[in-house]
Amino acid sequence: MSNLKLSGISKSFDGIKTIHDVDLDIKDGEFVVFVGPSGCGKSTLLRLIAGLEKVTEGEINIGGRVVNDLEPSKRGISMVFQSYALYPHMTVRQNMSVGLKVAGLKKSEIERKVNEAAKILQLDDLMERKPAQLSGGQRQRVAIGRSIVRNPDVFLFDEPLSNLDAELRVKMRLEITALHEQLKSTMVYVTHDQVEAMTMADKIVVLKEGRVVQVGSPLELYNNPVNQFVGGFIGSPRMNFIAASFHKQEGKNITLKTTAGENVDFALDTDTTLKNTPLSIGIRPEHIALGSKYSVKIRLKIKAIELLGGTSYVHGSQENGEDLIVEIKSENMLERHKEYDFSFCPSQCHVFDHLGNVIKLVRN
Amino acid sequence: MQYFKYFLAFILSMFILIPLMMAVTISLNPSNTDILANMGSWKSFIPQVFSFDNYRAVWSDPYHPFGLYLFNTFLITSISLTLSLVVNSCAAFSLAWGEGKYRKYILAAIISVLAIPGESLVLPQLLMVSKANLVDTYAVQILPGLANAFFIFLFYQFFSKIPKDLIDAARVDGFSLFQTYLKIALPLSKPVCVTVCILHFLGIWNSYLWPIMVTRGPEVRPLSVAMAAYFGSNQTQWGNVMAFAVCMAIPVIIFFLIIQRQFIASITGSSVKG
Repeated sequence: MSNLKLSGISKSFDGIKTIHDVDLDIKDGEFVVFVGPSGCGKSTLLRLIAGLEKVTEGEINIGGRVVNDLEPSKRGISMVFQSYALYPHMTVRQNMSVGLKVAGLKKSEIERKVNEAAKILQLDDLMERKPAQLSGGQRQRVAIGRSIVRNPDVFLFDEPLSNLDAELRVKMRLEITALHEQLKSTMVYVTHDQVEAMTMADKIVVLKEGRVVQVGSPLELYNNPVNQFVGGFIGSPRMNFIAASFHKQEGKNITLKTTAGENVDFALDTDTTLKNTPLSIGIRPEHIALGSKYSVKIRLKIKAIELLGGTSYVHGSQENGEDLIVEIKSENMLERHKEYDFSFCPSQCHVFDHLGNVIKLVRN
Repeated sequence: MQYFKYFLAFILSMFILIPLMMAVTISLNPSNTDILANMGSWKSFIPQVFSFDNYRAVWSDPYHPFGLYLFNTFLITSISLTLSLVVNSCAAFSLAWGEGKYRKYILAAIISVLAIPGESLVLPQLLMVSKANLVDTYAVQILPGLANAFFIFLFYQFFSKIPKDLIDAARVDGFSLFQTYLKIALPLSKPVCVTVCILHFLGIWNSYLWPIMVTRGPEVRPLSVAMAAYFGSNQTQWGNVMAFAVCMAIPVIIFFLIIQRQFIASITGSSVKG
């Protein structure tokens, strides 16, 4: 059993609250990713779980034990740091074995565990090297190896790939995912990169200003964001937001008017009466199509085109100055500075109220 | 430009080497008359005679036992160096990474000690060691110099730059604060240790004021004090005095030659990269 439960966790630094009443239940073997912008408290939350910071309020429970007052080494966790944090004066073997030595394990046991981890991570040929003689990817593998040998209940990763180049990140991402499948351990992974979150997680925890905004599977967050922040944060490129105003409501049917003057009809999922407040329509780049095949029409002047191979991201602006990003097939040759018609279907849209909270719609 | 640099380096090294050459030349000449006759000419810088009579005289002088002085100095220096490294690095590490609430204030107090001239502390220290009955012992020459504000500051500067992740990783690995110091921080601080070793070694080897105040007889007296006493009783014997000085300088030169590579490395800077 290596489930992790956070109940009412708060953390204050010099009286300033940075983590607010976080409740979270992470099941045994789950790969959970904490994601959010810089300063949202994701690393602090991870450090609280690790025991590197003391919680101000609340309870941390790992594998059925309350660990609030336990030292990091007694919590059954291991941690991989952003900077790898390998001991520079020790060889790879010493880096991986030193924690076990401190724990008082027998020499033969240490050797077995270290060799096993080295085999999993293909570090056999690097065991006598020092960290300075390794590449970034190799160092990260050693850092993971140091975690594995501890055989922890919960693996903690603090932005482990952010120091690597783009190609190596993709490779390591796959390696960590494969490792999770192989070890079947509970893993908590912190990143600011939502692509990492989407591709690796069983469950994503979106944080903002020290609060959990939404918890769910990657697709759940992608398809049903609870607010404009999550909608904008999850997905790359980000969701487009079109400013709109309330036009009319008949029962559950509402009509919004975009600032470009287009009427858009939606069906509410609940009995809500909308007020005459500024609203926002969210539409993902891949849900806007070139041409006029959908009911809501927009005209964009192309500012830039990012060619990615099979698809391209088109950056354009409406007449009212509102910028939008559209994903199109690269075979559709568009030209910069020219105007084109695009359209989208209201059923693919999300509507957010003036506070940024989602208004639930009926989806076809 | 290149030649000018060499020329400048040559001139500067001559300033340092000429007095040394003079000392060696005089120490190798057994005739005091010749020494005085050659004084002022090039002959006083380049050895004309190679005799070790003066060295024999220094080592066999029953009133000034050079061997004992050398032993005393070695003993005091080696114990001081070892303890100083432990005390100062330990203090600096706990100031950098300990949990004390008032660490910053303690550090500020330690740094402020740097502004106080050492000589002004000599009298209170003398009173204290005298009350503690430590006068004329090895301990009195070792203990007062152990905690050194400058060395603490040097170590602190280094330790505080160790990445926090490294200290955190050690905590996750189960190291106590002392184990982190001993197994992670201290091995990484080799360049600072070397700097402290050299500075402290030179400080003790050449210290004069404190040892002369706290030692009475030759039993625990170090070379620096003995040198002055020897000079006092052999004023006309320049050969012997210079042989004494050369013998005293040789261990320092050997020590520096051994440690110079690390010393240069410590000056040219080092950083901790994991």
